[in-house]
Amino acid sequence: MAYSDKVTDHYNNPRNMGSFPKNEENVGTGMVGAPECGDVMKLQVKVEDEVIVDAKFKTFGCGSAIASSSLATEWLKGKTVEQAYDIKNTEIVKELALPPVKIHCSVLAEDAIKAAIADYRKKTPQEEPEAKDTE
Amino acid sequence: MKRPIYMDSHSTTPIDPRVLEAMLPYFTEKFGNSASRNHSFGFEAEEAVEIARKQIAQLIHADQKELIFTSGATESDNLALKGVAEMYSEKGNHIITAMTEHRAVIDSAKSLEKRGYSVTYLSVDKDGLINPDDVRHAITNKTILISIMLANNEIGTINPIAEIGAIAKEKEVLFHCDATQGVGKIPVDVSTLGVDLMSFSAHKIYGPKGIGALYLRRKAPRARVTPMLDGGGHERGFRSGTLPVPLIVGFGKACEICEQEMESEAMRLSTLRERLHAGIAKGLDDIYLNGHPTKRLPHNLNISFAYVEGEAMLMGINDIALSSGSACTSATLEPSYVLRALGVGSDLAHSSIRFGLGRFNTEEEVDYVISQVIKTVNRLREMSPLYEMAKEGINLKAVQWASN
Repeated sequence: MAYSDKVTDHYNNPRNMGSFPKNEENVGTGMVGAPECGDVMKLQVKVEDEVIVDAKFKTFGCGSAIASSSLATEWLKGKTVEQAYDIKNTEIVKELALPPVKIHCSVLAEDAIKAAIADYRKKTPQEEPEAKDTE
Repeated sequence: MKRPIYMDSHSTTPIDPRVLEAMLPYFTEKFGNSASRNHSFGFEAEEAVEIARKQIAQLIHADQKELIFTSGATESDNLALKGVAEMYSEKGNHIITAMTEHRAVIDSAKSLEKRGYSVTYLSVDKDGLINPDDVRHAITNKTILISIMLANNEIGTINPIAEIGAIAKEKEVLFHCDATQGVGKIPVDVSTLGVDLMSFSAHKIYGPKGIGALYLRRKAPRARVTPMLDGGGHERGFRSGTLPVPLIVGFGKACEICEQEMESEAMRLSTLRERLHAGIAKGLDDIYLNGHPTKRLPHNLNISFAYVEGEAMLMGINDIALSSGSACTSATLEPSYVLRALGVGSDLAHSSIRFGLGRFNTEEEVDYVISQVIKTVNRLREMSPLYEMAKEGINLKAVQWASN
């Protein structure tokens, strides 16, 4: 199977590969997939004033999975948390020209984004900051 | 050193220049139809076919009259299973085979199941070996065929064919062996192995693609198959169709070379294989050998590299032609059924790479492959959340994964 140039580029030059310390207050971590399925993505966002100032990923998976998560981190940076929620897997498919058999890689990336934000929200509830004490 | 490097010999092999040389005249001036019995073009072609048949028969210690030419091992497997099933349908309807067989055997068996036959798929041990006792216990008075491969195409494990052959003989059940990966690589003698039908092809042994053979024992017992093709009654009626003379000449020459060079080639390749394995093991931790440590083809190495995915590895070492048990590209997204049958976890099956050394690989190439594999695995492990977790001491088996 031939890979698109963009997939190859992300695979060879992954953007934002690495990890933030999980316990930091303003870091949200999403881990999706399973080793048995051949894909595990860890995606992290660092948030300041509702804006994602930095993002990092680590991925176990094929080239398309690596590219999807690498691209996701690129897109996340500079977005507000709300905007990040709107990233759709179909946009990733389009940008990377993923074939049908690789669409699940983009789905996983979208899931990872949502999981990372959910983790951040859990740590830092936005609407009612006081709620943290009652939990 | 020329790149890309080819190290995928279980898939196919290049034609040996000596084989090509032998074939060439049969494309041009010696183009006759071997079935033309009334002119010199036909005689010439027929003579060439019979010389080749002899060369092939010699390699497997058979009589030349016991060989039928087919388009390849897939056709031979199909003809063996479906042909025996149909020919002996009055005797019984049960077939015994194994979970690790090639798709050509398994899917032929599945197709027979749809036609009312019953099939037992034997499991294998952790190294991929069939237990002959399992074959014995699976035999019923309805069993008409046992089909077990000589050597596995993914993991290279060599089955105890002679023991199974003895059981088949004792129980008077026909025994077919898919020997595609073994013929020309390890000694094969149809009598000592006790096989009644045997499939193999030319392109795995430096011959041309598109030609294979089915060995059919002529006596004690006489193995017969119902033909699948109707036509001119070639190959004693078992396989109609004009013989592809150049391909057959090439098949014969390839077998002749194997017979002369197999022993030294096997030594050279197993030395290279050990060098490859040792070199990789020296540079990387958490690697696992798939298949039997000693009962395996001399040119086969199959390794799982924990925490990295096979297809991503192949992408990283794209100037080396290898194969992976990760079926990330397949429609089902299921990893290798052969590795799964061995009890290899799905995670490690996704992480497996098959190395198939061949006649034209050099020590220099092996060393290059070692360095590229180590480099790529290390790079992907840096990128792998699983490796990070393992290094933190997290037991990956105990993690509750958010399954997708």
